[in-house]
Amino acid sequence: MFGMLRKLMGCVREYKKVSILTPILMVGEVVMECLIPFVVAELVNQIKAGCDISVIVKHGLVLFAMACISLFFGGLAGITGSKASCGFAKNLRHDLYYRIQEYSFENIDKFSTSSLVTRLTTDVANVQMSFMMLIRIAIRSPLMFIFAIVMAFIMGGKMALMFVVVVPILAFGLIMVAKKAMPLFRSVFRKYDRLNESVQENVKGMRVVKSFVREEYEKEKFNFAAEDVCKDFTKAERIVVLNSPLMQFCLYVNMIFVLSFGSYLVVSTKGVAMDVGQISSMVTYGFMVLSSLMVLSMIFVMLTISAESAERVVEVLEEKPSLTNPVNPVYEVKDGSVVFRDVNFKYSKTADRYALSDIDLTIRSGETVGILGGTGSSKTSLIQLISRLYDVTDGSVTVGGVDVRDYDLESLRNQVAVVLQKNVLFSGTIKENLRWGNAEATDEELMEACRLAQASEFIESFPDKYDTYIEQGGANVSGGQKQRLCIARALLKKPKILILDDSTSAVDTRTDALIRKAFREFIPETTKIIIAQRVSSVQDADKIVIMDGGRIVAVGTHEELLASNEIYQEVYTSQNKGGDDDAE
Amino acid sequence: MMPSKKEEMRHSADTKGMPGGDKMPGGKPKMNKGMLKRLVVMLYQFYPVLLPVIVVCIVFSAIISTIPAAFMQKVIAVIEQYAGAGDWTNAKVEILKWVLLLAFFYVLSIVAELVSAQLGAILTQGYLKKMRGEMFDRMQNLPIKYFDQNGHGDIMSHYTNDVDTLRQLVSQSLPSLIRAVVSISAALFLMVYYSVWMALIIIAGVLIMTMVTKAIGGRSALYFVRQQKAVGRTEGFIEEMMNGQKVVKVFCHEKQSGADFDAINDALYEDSKRANQYANMLMPILNNIGNVLYVVVALAGGAFLLSDATNVSLSGMTFSISMIVPFLTMTRQFTGNISQVSQQVNSIVMGLAGAERIFDLIDEAPEVDDGYVTLVNAVVAPDGTVTESEKRTGTWAWKHPHQADGSVTYTLLRGDVRLDDVDFGYEEDKMVLHNVSVFAEPGQKVAFVGATGAGKTTITNLINRFYDIADGKIRYDGININKIKKADLRRSLGIVLQETNLFTGTVMENIRYGKLDATDEECIAAAKLAGADDFITRLPKGYETELSGNGANLSQGQRQLLAIARAAVADPPVMILDEATSSIDTRTEAIVQKGMDSLMEGRTVFVIAHRLSTVKNSDVIMVLDHGRIIERGNHEKLIAEKGTYYRLYTGAFELE
Repeated sequence: MFGMLRKLMGCVREYKKVSILTPILMVGEVVMECLIPFVVAELVNQIKAGCDISVIVKHGLVLFAMACISLFFGGLAGITGSKASCGFAKNLRHDLYYRIQEYSFENIDKFSTSSLVTRLTTDVANVQMSFMMLIRIAIRSPLMFIFAIVMAFIMGGKMALMFVVVVPILAFGLIMVAKKAMPLFRSVFRKYDRLNESVQENVKGMRVVKSFVREEYEKEKFNFAAEDVCKDFTKAERIVVLNSPLMQFCLYVNMIFVLSFGSYLVVSTKGVAMDVGQISSMVTYGFMVLSSLMVLSMIFVMLTISAESAERVVEVLEEKPSLTNPVNPVYEVKDGSVVFRDVNFKYSKTADRYALSDIDLTIRSGETVGILGGTGSSKTSLIQLISRLYDVTDGSVTVGGVDVRDYDLESLRNQVAVVLQKNVLFSGTIKENLRWGNAEATDEELMEACRLAQASEFIESFPDKYDTYIEQGGANVSGGQKQRLCIARALLKKPKILILDDSTSAVDTRTDALIRKAFREFIPETTKIIIAQRVSSVQDADKIVIMDGGRIVAVGTHEELLASNEIYQEVYTSQNKGGDDDAE
Repeated sequence: MMPSKKEEMRHSADTKGMPGGDKMPGGKPKMNKGMLKRLVVMLYQFYPVLLPVIVVCIVFSAIISTIPAAFMQKVIAVIEQYAGAGDWTNAKVEILKWVLLLAFFYVLSIVAELVSAQLGAILTQGYLKKMRGEMFDRMQNLPIKYFDQNGHGDIMSHYTNDVDTLRQLVSQSLPSLIRAVVSISAALFLMVYYSVWMALIIIAGVLIMTMVTKAIGGRSALYFVRQQKAVGRTEGFIEEMMNGQKVVKVFCHEKQSGADFDAINDALYEDSKRANQYANMLMPILNNIGNVLYVVVALAGGAFLLSDATNVSLSGMTFSISMIVPFLTMTRQFTGNISQVSQQVNSIVMGLAGAERIFDLIDEAPEVDDGYVTLVNAVVAPDGTVTESEKRTGTWAWKHPHQADGSVTYTLLRGDVRLDDVDFGYEEDKMVLHNVSVFAEPGQKVAFVGATGAGKTTITNLINRFYDIADGKIRYDGININKIKKADLRRSLGIVLQETNLFTGTVMENIRYGKLDATDEECIAAAKLAGADDFITRLPKGYETELSGNGANLSQGQRQLLAIARAAVADPPVMILDEATSSIDTRTEAIVQKGMDSLMEGRTVFVIAHRLSTVKNSDVIMVLDHGRIIERGNHEKLIAEKGTYYRLYTGAFELE
């Protein structure tokens, strides 16, 4: 809990001054607010005593000045408070975002994308809300509480002992309500989330619902769950709303006490121990004390609710990047050779199944290597070890004769370009997207890369050519076009090793062949590793690696494998039966 | 404000469903009175007893909360009378009388408050449940068009964001609005009762407060709209970058991506700081106008008292200290109420906007169905006549009542589907299908091939009447499908879509979705048929494995196999496979091919597939281009024609 708070407080930074200033300004406002009834009581008594008009004006001016001071403090606190809380949120988002940039693939896998997005948005908003509340109201309310009690004692003397009775009653009641309601709310919120998830499933799967004519079934299912949520919500809320009659009770007890005991004091002492002005102020103070208690309990509830958000945010901050640069990194990648030696790999230490077992593989610089295997045969796992997107569990992977763990990460990844299977283009022009590969690339270099990737033809056909705006996720280009843009982007790195992870699956076979031909002719020194579904994509490679169940089952050329390997034969015939190929 | 773990929807709801943007032209929120009326009427219809009781209780306790001022006036008058002499014994009797009366009112008020709060909780939650239920019920009956035209995030935001604002409105804003209005009017009456002059002073103060609220509230609404836009931008950016985080890593783009984020993040900071500053300042300003008013009332009271000014009041009372003191208390209450209302204004506007969006969904026109031909269990007599049966016979027939002569004919369900010269467009003036004719005889396999957007999926949308054709005819077993009840039509068609949607629940429950009364054995048999049994039995808990998040723990290919099993258990005479095996790799597809073949046996099957090996053995292949059938025939015929299909097949042409 403390560690969590310390972590969060680390985000205050340059807003420390305003963060501290806000509660101090609040003190000013609270002091003024508590003094005003005091002066008013004085004024009332003066009026009652039949004072001069000048006394009234004097008091009035004092009061007016106090209101102005209070406004000054309050207004200023509003300004500094919002600056502090917005700044805090800004820094928090910044820290989260930068921390995520340091994440390795393993870290990213641990949190899902949507959960990262929520942590950065909704959760940060909740924490920001709590922070604002903390520096403004959480200080204000207890202060108000204390000051009002002190003032009441100063003014009302014994009468203020009333609070000794009323305050514990209210406090106890509020605590009980919070204690009873909180767990109920937590559980019902979870149920509520589940209900909404099932609605979402229903919306997304509406075609399924309708084609199976399951509308009535879905309604029943929903109503059942909604009924459950409603029942629990009602139960929790009925407890929480006990707060308001409780508050009323305490206020009213106070009022009655002040009226009866106060008038006794006034009458019996002939206005010496207490006077009419004090009576009215005592009522005001009573209201202040009790309502500040009420606000406090509300804040308490809010804070506990957002505590879960805070936990989720801190989880991201505290996640240690699982891959770090070595102490004395190697910056230069000598050549494009790759050697796997006795490699075993699993995605997390706790996983009981190895994704890769007993991998031994040597790839010479400049070779073209094809990798083939069914879904789940761990082809992708294999190539991700080369640019050290994950670390091996046992054994080693060397690139250019050096263990990948000894390289500077950026230098290694700049020389080993991977075109991921699940690839993404970002919103921006084609040029901007391509420059991810090399920020300094000239227009000629961009065009050259696109020519190699067989992308220039369709880019030229767009009205805006290289300045065509790509929508989020590349929604306005076809799958095949997207893949070719991603290849061009990777080529711009001028890497020593180029890895294509099923990156031409949506490209027709003819273009696919042209891409491979361009690779052969224009980047012969680059090691090319190609994962593919299609035999035709790999059959002219220097060697083809067949994978099954996380193991390499065979390595050889097209002819060798066709003669000896069962899986290869199977895939080959399934794709070439009767005709030449399939056009996927 | 609610914490949530499952965020995608909540998150999208936050950005998309936010009041503001389109609902606030010019940045100024508007109160929708018609919506308020509809809401209240609806509440009354749901709770004809509860609602009035609650309102009465609220009004009652609100009135009582103002009367202490009156009692105070009485008590102070008594004090004044006896204080000079210090005569407590006599004063006691009178004071006690007032105090006891007050205590009595107080008890009533607490009871009223307790009752209204408890009943209010029941009413709010019940109402929300009914609204949710109503929304969901209506939504189930909306045509697919609605779901195609509205983003899923937008629809979801009705259930999350809009319901939340509605809850705020019903449970808090409306009651406190009633409470404030009642106490303000009661206090106003009391004030006029005591002194018109003093009341006028307070009213003037309140006018100033309202003006300030309007001015500041307007500014702050403007900045809140800006903030909302900045939040949307930031969230959009975050979403895009988190989705592409692995690409960022691969390209070592972390620094650039961080810098881009900082720019957007800083802009958000500026806008939200502004918006919050205005909002934060409203309270201290209102509070202190209240304080100043308090001073002014005290001053004026003193001045009136000293100058012996003539009072004008309903009670005919003169100025006295016993009148001025309660006036001060009332001032506090009054200004407190005003600032409460001004705080509620925003959430009322937001709540009504939410209600409007909910009602929009509820008011959406449901899917029309004037079909009267139904699907019934049938028995075929030896002489070939078909009769209806109460029991499940395994044989189905279309029951066709003829309006003209009141007779009923039965047609055996066979699975003969014919499209005759069909035209169709999603928008009236933009046709996507032209003169499409397809004849599928029972047991035939018909394949559609063509680029994305050529109209393949559209054709299947028409057969099950997700959309209605513009021109031409579609006949099912010789019956125009417009005459068939939609539910029965769809029950006779099995569809497996490319995008697989599974539901939270066990694997078994997901398969059973195809036929709710299927036994475990039937489900397992269907899974075996679809080639899914193999991987299911290897799951940790086999058929009882819980799936969540649309089967996130399964691969895309496995999900497709499950979807096929789900369709298989329904055992329909006609099946539509829309890219149903696209995510199953060729090797696995070859393995499940046998199962697929036996699944298709004896059924009319429409196949849409990218992979030509999947459609090669079809009886007829239709090549579609821009909504027209450009080639038709079996594989051998089309290859011999050396047209588009030939070029596709030899890989000389890219499908996308």
